[in-house]
Amino acid sequence: MTATETHASQWHTRDFPEAARDLLQDSQTRKNVQHATNVIQGKRNKVVAELPDWEELRESGAQVKAHVLRHLDHYLTQFEENCTRAGGHVHWAADAAEANRIILGLVQQHEAKEVIKIKTMTSEEIGLNRELEAHGIRPIETDLAELIIQMGKDRPSHFVAPALHVNRAQVRAMFQREMHLPELGEEPEDLATAARIYLREKYLRIKVAISGGNFLIADTGGLCIVESEGNGRMCLTLPDVLISLVGIEKVIPSFEDLEIFLQTLPRSATGERMNPYNSTWCGVHPGDGPKEFHVVLLDNGRSPILADREARQTLQCIRCAACLNACPVYHQTGGHAYESVYAGPIGAILTPQLHSMEEGRSLPYASSLCGACYQVCPVKINIPEVLIHLRGKVVQEDQATLMGKFSLWNIGMQAAAFLFKDASRLAMAERIGRVGQKALVSKNGFIEWMPLMLSGWTQTRDLKAMPEQSFRDWWAKEKAPGAKPADRSDHA
Amino acid sequence: MPEISDHRARILASIRVSLNKGMSPAQAEANIAAECANLDRKYVRTGTRATAGHDGLLELLTDRLLEYDAGVYRAAPEGIAAAVGEILAGRGKRGLAIPAGVPAEWLPQGYEFTLAEGFDAYQLDATEGVLTGCSVAIAETGSIVLQNAAAQGARILSLVPDYHLCVVFAGQIVEEVPEAFARLKATSTLPTTFISGPSATADIEMTRIKGVHGPRFLDVLLVV
Repeated sequence: MTATETHASQWHTRDFPEAARDLLQDSQTRKNVQHATNVIQGKRNKVVAELPDWEELRESGAQVKAHVLRHLDHYLTQFEENCTRAGGHVHWAADAAEANRIILGLVQQHEAKEVIKIKTMTSEEIGLNRELEAHGIRPIETDLAELIIQMGKDRPSHFVAPALHVNRAQVRAMFQREMHLPELGEEPEDLATAARIYLREKYLRIKVAISGGNFLIADTGGLCIVESEGNGRMCLTLPDVLISLVGIEKVIPSFEDLEIFLQTLPRSATGERMNPYNSTWCGVHPGDGPKEFHVVLLDNGRSPILADREARQTLQCIRCAACLNACPVYHQTGGHAYESVYAGPIGAILTPQLHSMEEGRSLPYASSLCGACYQVCPVKINIPEVLIHLRGKVVQEDQATLMGKFSLWNIGMQAAAFLFKDASRLAMAERIGRVGQKALVSKNGFIEWMPLMLSGWTQTRDLKAMPEQSFRDWWAKEKAPGAKPADRSDHA
Repeated sequence: MPEISDHRARILASIRVSLNKGMSPAQAEANIAAECANLDRKYVRTGTRATAGHDGLLELLTDRLLEYDAGVYRAAPEGIAAAVGEILAGRGKRGLAIPAGVPAEWLPQGYEFTLAEGFDAYQLDATEGVLTGCSVAIAETGSIVLQNAAAQGARILSLVPDYHLCVVFAGQIVEEVPEAFARLKATSTLPTTFISGPSATADIEMTRIKGVHGPRFLDVLLVV
C-alpha cells in the first residue's frame, strides 16, 4: 500500500474511544495540540472581547445562514445564474464520485500533469488527491500546513491549521529532508521562507489550480476566499484555469452579508482582527485572473441533513474551528482521534450526518457536553443539543436491529427505564442494590471496580456507594404527613 | 452543455424534499426577499470616531497597520511625490511597477515607474515592487481594499512583487467593516482584495509569521 492510499483510506476505520486511546499515549502530539489551541484560544478571546457588538454579529450570522438553508434551492440557482452570466461554469455533483469525475475531466482536458491547490477540506472529503494521483496528475498543496501534511504523508487534524499537531522542529526536519535543505534554520520565519521559495516557481508555471471556497455569493455570483499566506491569491490569480469545489451550504444571499462573516470568521479562526487576505471575484474578468473558471457545487450527503429540523443548523458552519480550540476533549486527543476530515465538536455532528449515520457513530459520544463549543460558535450552532439529538438517533437505530435489541446495553437500559418508571419498583431495586453492592464497596466507602460494561465508569473514577437510606425513605420516615420523626434534631 | 446534468436536478429535488417545499416559485421568491429583509442586523453599522474629526480614525488605522508590521507614513496632498521618494530611498528601491491610472503627481523624479499593464507573473516577479492606490481602508481591522479600477489594477499587481506601497487618502478611510461594504456595494462584482498587513501565516504553532507568498513588505502612505 502506498502512502497516499493509506492517507485517504484511514478515515473511519476505528471508533473514537479506540483511536483516542492511542493518541493519548503520544505526549509530543498532545503537547503540540495543547500549545497551539491555548495560543489561539487566548488570541481569539482577546479580539472577540474588543467588539461591543459580538453577540449581535453572532445572531445575524446565525440568522442569515439559517435563512439560506431554509431556501437553499433558491439561493443556489440564483448563484448559478449570476455566476454563469459573469462567465463562470457551474457544475453540480451529488456525490464525491461525480465531483472527482468533473474535476479530473477538466484537468485532463487542459492536459495538466500538475495542479496547485489551496487548502480545501472539501477536496479531502472527496479524496480528490488520491483520484488525481491515480490518473498520473500531481496535486501540489500550497498552504503551508497542507504542504507539511502532504510532505509528511500525514492527515490534517484541524481544518484551519491542519498541521497544528506538528511543531517547528518537526517541520524543519521534514523540510530539510524533502526540500533538500540541510542548512535550513529553525525559526518559523526560516520555514516560511523555505516554503516561499519552494512554491514560487510552481505558482508561476502551473496552469491549473483547485480551490475550495468560504462563501458563494448569490446576488453577484461571486466567490470569497479567506486566507493568510497569499498562496490562495496566487492560485486564484495566476493560473489559466481555476476550479473551485464548494459545498452547497456555503452560499450567502448578498455581497454585503460578508460584512458579518468577515468580522466573525477571522476573529474566531485565527484570533486576528482580519486575516491578511480576503479575495472576492465573479466568473471571469478579462485581463485579471484565470481565463476559465469552474465551480463544482458539492452535495455529498448535505441535502438530506436539511430534513432534520433539529440538526439542520449543523450546515450553518463557516469552518472557523473555534469549537475545536475550545473543546476539552479535542484539547486532549487532537484531531486524529475523530478519524474524520472534520474533527472536533462540529466534526462530531457533521461527519455522522454526512454519512447518513452509517459512519462515525461513536462521534456524538466524543463530548462531555460542557457547552464551550456553542459558546464560541460565531453562527450559534447549538452543538451540544445536536450531539444529544444524534445520540438519540444512534440508540433508536440500534434498537431497531435484532442485535441491538438483544444487546446487553439495550437490555440494561430498558430494565433501568422499567425500574425508574415506578416508585415501588425503584425502591425494590434500591434495596437489592444495597445488598448487591456489598461485595464491591471498599473500606473507604467507594466502589473502585465494576464488572462487565460498567467497568468503563470505574476505570478512571470511583463511584460513591449507595447510602443505607435513600432520600425517599428518609422523606417517608421524617417529613411525609403521618410520619413519626426520629427523636433527634434535624437541620430542616 | 456539460454543466447541466441530472445531478443538478437530483440535488435540487433532494433539497426540496428535505425542506418539504410546496410553494410556487414566484410566490416563494417574494416571500424569501421579505424574510431576508427582516433578518436581525443589530450589529454596529457606523463607527463613532469620525464624528470627532479624522484624527481618531487615522490613529486607529495606523496602530492596526503597525501591529501587522506594515510601514505607515503621512503626507499632505501636495506632498505625495516627495513622500513616495523618501519611502523608496529608505527602502533602497530605484523604481516601482504601477497600474494604469496612477496620477503623475504621485511620482517623484529620479525613480523609474513602469506601467505594468498586461505584465505576466515573471515580469512582475522581476520588479522591485508596486505602487497602487486603494478603494477603501478599514481602520478597525487595519485593512486596505483594492479593486480592479484605476490606480489599483489587476490582482496580480499587488500580489507577485515582494513590496507594495499603497496610497490611502483620508476620505477613503472608514472605521467599521460594514461601512466599507456600503462603499464597495456599487462595484461588488469587480475582483476585490482585502489586504491586512504583509503576507503571513499562523500555521506553525499558531503564531503570526510574516512573509509567505504575498508581498513580504507593505508600506501605507496616508494622505491627510
